[in-house]
Amino acid sequence: MTELLLRAIFTDNLALAYFLGMCTFLAVSRRLETAFGLGLAMIVVETVTVPVNNLLFTWLLGPGALAWLGLGDMDLSFLVLIASIGVIAATVQILEMVLDRHVPWLYRSLGIYLPLITVNCAILGASLFMVERRYDFSESIVYGFGSGLGWALAIWALAALRERIDESRVPKGLRGLGIAFILTGFMSMGFAVFGGLQFG
Amino acid sequence: MSDRNRTLIDPILVSNPVTLQVLGICSALAVTTSLSTALVMSAALIVVLTLSNGIISLIRNHIPRSIRLIVQITIIASLVIVVDQLLQAYMFDMSKRLSVFVGLIVTNCIVLGRAEGFAMKNPPGASLLDGIGNGLGYALILVAMGTLRELLGAGTLMGHTILPAVADGGWFTPLGLMALPPSAFFLLGLLVWAIRMIRPEQAETAPNGKIGEEGE
Repeated sequence: MTELLLRAIFTDNLALAYFLGMCTFLAVSRRLETAFGLGLAMIVVETVTVPVNNLLFTWLLGPGALAWLGLGDMDLSFLVLIASIGVIAATVQILEMVLDRHVPWLYRSLGIYLPLITVNCAILGASLFMVERRYDFSESIVYGFGSGLGWALAIWALAALRERIDESRVPKGLRGLGIAFILTGFMSMGFAVFGGLQFG
Repeated sequence: MSDRNRTLIDPILVSNPVTLQVLGICSALAVTTSLSTALVMSAALIVVLTLSNGIISLIRNHIPRSIRLIVQITIIASLVIVVDQLLQAYMFDMSKRLSVFVGLIVTNCIVLGRAEGFAMKNPPGASLLDGIGNGLGYALILVAMGTLRELLGAGTLMGHTILPAVADGGWFTPLGLMALPPSAFFLLGLLVWAIRMIRPEQAETAPNGKIGEEGE
């Protein structure tokens, strides 16, 4: 479990190793403050949606999952894509209402980012990876939390770097998007180094 | 240039969806470790983008505004499932190598961006052309990156040896980094730089200037 967690946060970082959620990653990393809210939202949503999608896959969509209905030879796994999107959109909506009602401070700091990440490919990607790698329920909780945290760490770091780089003299054509890519490349190398960690 | 040509050609060269509008970056970086994956991914995206643009444009006057995103995503997701199943049926190895990235076309911001930004306002013919044009613009970047990464990373193209590697008695030492994620970021950064050197009007002037439309 520890290995899975660390792997999800560092070596298999969704943003830096699998390039997921890159559009948002680059668009919202201009200021640390907004990046912070988005990172938090990401952690919360990943931790909830990956396990929910796991339940859905185990009991409804996977090969033989409908055995409890007496339909053991049904395989609806081609519906995973459309079902996951539905689950994610619904979860985000419910989460938004619950947070608004019970944890207003968190709701305020997540702000507009909750609805925005419904269509973030990192969220869908995490669920698809969960299916592809056949994680069980408890593993999917760990994986969801880890991958969300990894993505958040990456965007916080990049946002901090970009606030500094705005003060520097970057070549004209490289300013903005270009330099952001190159910074992300270096961060990606840094995170990949954690791959050398040995687990007892 | 006529309007029609402009719809088709502009997104390829002038307002490229990847390098100028920063859309669809995820897959552009992830599937470019070799030229063949880049080509298949481009083909998949062009098919999905063209058809989704066409279909959404056809029914654009019948979609209620309040649920238009759900309708668009459902249409796109259905198209992606068809493409994904076709790949699994006829090109199983390729589908394994592309992993989840074909599925992720659903959330590829180019597709939803063009549906929302173009197909909802224009007739089907123009929307089809816009789909093909943007698809080709995306393909251009993917193929360029795939070629560079495979050639420098392994000395091959589409699996054929171009630069004989030292291990096989040749002279070329493959750059291992090219096959790893960081090089994708570096290459795309440099590519953006090169494009903005050639077309200075695309460069960002103020530190907080806008980067095209912000996607997703």
